[in-house]
Amino acid sequence: MFDTITIETLQAYWWIIIALLGSLLVFLMFVQGGQTLIYTIGKTEPERKILVNALGRKWEFTFTTLVTFGGAFFASFPLFYSTSFGGAYWVWMAILFPFIIQAVAYEFRSKPNNFLGHKTYEWFLIINGFLGTLLIGVAVATFYTGNAFSVNKSAITNLADPVISRWQHPWHGLEALLNWRNIALGLAVFFLSRVLGILYFMNTIDDEQILLRSKKQLPLNAIPFLVCFLAFAFAIFTMPGFAVRPYDGTIMGESYKYFHNLIQMPIVMLMLAAGVVFVLLGVALPLLSFEKSAASGIWYAGPGTILTVFALFCLVGFNNTAYYPSVYDMQSSLTIHNSSSSYYSLTAMSYVSLLVPFVVAYIWYAWKAINSRKIDQKEMDEGGHSY
Amino acid sequence: MPQHIDPALIDWSRAQFALTAMYHWIFVPLTLGLAFIVAIMETIYVRTGNPEWKQITKFWMTLFGINFAIGVATGIILEFQFGTNWSNYSWFVGDIFGAPLAIEGIMAFFLESTFIAVMFFGWDKVSKRFHLTATWLTGLGANLSALWILVANAWMQYPVGMQFNPDTARNEMVDFWAVLCSPVAINKFLHTVSSGYVTAAVFVVGISAWFLLKKRHTQLAKRSILVASIFGLVTSLFLAFTGDGSAYQVSQKQPMKLAAMEGLYKGKNGAGLVAIGILDPAKQPGDGKDAFLVKIEFPKLLSFLGYRNPDAFVPGIDDIISGGYKPGFDHVNPAEKERTLSVEEKIRRGKLAVRALAVYREARTAKDTAVMNQSLPELRQNFAWFGYAYLNDPQSVIPNVPLTFYSFHLMVYLGVFFILLFTVVLYFSTKDKLEDQRWLLRVAIFTIPFVYLASEAGWVVAEVGRQPWVIQDLMPVMAAVSKIDATSVIITFWLFAAVFSVLLTAELMIMIKQIKIGPKEGGHN
Ligand code: HDD
Ligand code: HEM
Ligand code: HEM
Repeated sequence: MFDTITIETLQAYWWIIIALLGSLLVFLMFVQGGQTLIYTIGKTEPERKILVNALGRKWEFTFTTLVTFGGAFFASFPLFYSTSFGGAYWVWMAILFPFIIQAVAYEFRSKPNNFLGHKTYEWFLIINGFLGTLLIGVAVATFYTGNAFSVNKSAITNLADPVISRWQHPWHGLEALLNWRNIALGLAVFFLSRVLGILYFMNTIDDEQILLRSKKQLPLNAIPFLVCFLAFAFAIFTMPGFAVRPYDGTIMGESYKYFHNLIQMPIVMLMLAAGVVFVLLGVALPLLSFEKSAASGIWYAGPGTILTVFALFCLVGFNNTAYYPSVYDMQSSLTIHNSSSSYYSLTAMSYVSLLVPFVVAYIWYAWKAINSRKIDQKEMDEGGHSY
Repeated sequence: MPQHIDPALIDWSRAQFALTAMYHWIFVPLTLGLAFIVAIMETIYVRTGNPEWKQITKFWMTLFGINFAIGVATGIILEFQFGTNWSNYSWFVGDIFGAPLAIEGIMAFFLESTFIAVMFFGWDKVSKRFHLTATWLTGLGANLSALWILVANAWMQYPVGMQFNPDTARNEMVDFWAVLCSPVAINKFLHTVSSGYVTAAVFVVGISAWFLLKKRHTQLAKRSILVASIFGLVTSLFLAFTGDGSAYQVSQKQPMKLAAMEGLYKGKNGAGLVAIGILDPAKQPGDGKDAFLVKIEFPKLLSFLGYRNPDAFVPGIDDIISGGYKPGFDHVNPAEKERTLSVEEKIRRGKLAVRALAVYREARTAKDTAVMNQSLPELRQNFAWFGYAYLNDPQSVIPNVPLTFYSFHLMVYLGVFFILLFTVVLYFSTKDKLEDQRWLLRVAIFTIPFVYLASEAGWVVAEVGRQPWVIQDLMPVMAAVSKIDATSVIITFWLFAAVFSVLLTAELMIMIKQIKIGPKEGGHN
């Protein structure tokens, strides 16, 4: 089935999967966003317990998506995995540490004799929510703004020093924080995840106080998101990008490259526009009227987020663009063609990707089964399993 | 001034990998086994409808959840560490190695994390049958994740199903099924998951024994012991069986590791298996001295276990360095079918391969196809020893012998001991006389740390015994690292050490508290 397809198509297929996983991940980071709000929206201990439990039923899913995103990127574009992770060492470490402490926080938080005290575990959640979202946004922004690295596959024959990918900035990734465009996307992801977190609370929790405070927080986070996102969008659509000459793979600078991509791929433009509109709708609905539509905001903002991030990945991966550009040595830049796995591996992995619909189906089914009603104070007091 | 890879970078990168992997491995075995023990208990509950079994299930499930969370916390760093710390490796073999990691995520982790939610939150929300299915699926997910990661690990010990591509300067997969079904992968998977089953069985027996000693929750304890000791006896027998299978694979594919496991320097026909031995710390390879201060052997057993022939020749470390013997397995490299090569010769051939690749790549840049084609045969003929090119001293292919030797023997002693323990516990359990055997109950409690020791020792054998190779014969550790400062790795090493130690402390305290609270409260505060 996949063996009759050309390698170029397989590479594009896998970029789409990466884009899909990446956009799902950003959506699911509503967990992280929600984590940063537990003290803002939860003023009393019982309220915080509800918030933590609402998030706690989903955190594992975000986490697993992150892991799968890493694994799928490794399998389909191994040169990215080795160049970026091994080079931007400190950024990735700074992303991973908060996820380590998050993973125990839910389960350990309310257990007796938990050594650190429940406040510490709540701070683990807040740190994870803040750093995780901000830094992942910064890391993704460098797909546009570039990094300083070089790739030389012949280095493997240098017996004393055979490393192929080398980072050329001594800060090993942290230098990305000096570029305001990266920060803009980082903050945009941070505020977006908070918006999504709020909408998720509104959707799953049945508690008047929490609902009220959520509603108050919504514009406070939606506006900064919009400002940061528009700043980033303005930046990338006006700056020069990294184009690939199709017949020999040479990388060249091109003014307004990402803007050109937008125009030359109208579907992507449509997705981007629709995505932003849906996110705004998701925010506006609960603000305009209260009762019914409060719960449905997430159903607009969620898909809106997925569409937007998906479009951002497409803009940088397709239409002869280098998705991981090097500002140190332009010819080292990674494209979906020069960094992918072999034809055989991509084909084998494509068969595996056919499992994804089944995975989505059973997740859906299982969630429906256990989330049949909203979380409320009563359920917390009933003494079933809780965090 | 030519640049060199900093030896400190290599050592700290190894230390960091070892630290994080060994921490992960504290939690994984219990997850693998306890998931099934809990599923068996819940099955009994659903079959009998007896609410006491539900309570038993819930009690162990609480401990499962605590352990699971920290297993996940320690796993994420491993997933990314191949990139952060072994970036050259990640390109050189990512085409093969990445696939199992991705499949693990898609196939196993989602299964596990979805149904674990049903397990914990679904008690009153879904039907009994659905809940039971979810419990079994969680166990299946955990074991599937073990399958894929162990396929990846086995491939590093015995690289198959791939071909080197000089244009991309990496190995590429040519046969997925060869990777998945390699005999090393199958043995490794079976042995490792069964070690997890044994770990969980010892855990359940030990904690239940404590309840019996304290005369608390005796009904729960007796029932749990019965389930766990049957489960433990069956799986520990299977564990010994698959351990033998693993050793057989090692003797074929990694003779140096086998020699280190047995402290065998001078090879011989009809080699014995060391039952008890103390190595002479002053022993040097090639000095012709006896490696042991004290040694008691089972005659001819090593030849028999390693080659299924009591008189077979088992090469020792010195033989492997100097080469020149006829190997006992016929599928080894065709060039070594009659006589194995010395390590010195392998280094020479490895350097030929690397030189041919350099010529090829230069010609490729210059678009000189004639030279490209000329260099290819040289590369192909010598590629089997590619990794040797990075070595300069033949002695550097010798792993840490004492560490490998003692770890191996410790694991095997304990393996035999666990079989005995389960047999005795099961005997008294079926006679319902367990409570009177206070010595046995104490032994069962004290065995808990030892099962972890055995398990970690197993990995030390597997991983230390294969040094200096990350990928057997193709890539040594020094060619696999990322280009970062050793200081960076030192910092992250200590950060991980600190964070994991704090989390482990928290986990142990919570676990112990939950055990003290016992089943009544179901573990909820
Ligand atoms: C409870 C833990 C435990 C116990 C009691 C045993 N093992 Fe084991 N062993 C493991 C847990 C383990 C492990 C942690 O699962 C390892 C590490 C890597 C692997 O594949 O499995 C392992 C590795 C391992 C290896 C190295 C495989 C390789 O390098 O690929 C051999 C040869 C054996 N084992 C053999 C045995 C024998 C003959 C045992 C006798 C009963 C035994 N083990 C008991
Ligand atoms: C979870 C159980 C595991 C444990 C306890 C473990 C243990 C170790 C130890 C002790 C070392 C250091 C060896 C030395 O430097 O002398 C090591 C190295 C390493 N292991 Fe494992 N290992 C485990 C699983 C794995 C798996 C599943 C893989 C691959 C899929 C793997 C890949 C590696 C790599 C890449 C290194 C670094 C290179 C090297 O030093 O060989 N390990 N491991
Ligand atoms: C170096 C290799 C390894 C890597 C990269 C790795 C990666 C991971 C990751 C990322 C997780 C968290 C998954 C989640 O989101 O739920 C995890 C958990 C897990 N891993 Fe590993 N792992 C390694 C070694 C092993 C080994 C050797 C086994 C089993 C033989 C194993 C079995 C498991 C299991 C059962 C879990 C579930 C959580 C738990 O431990 O309780 N892993 N691993």
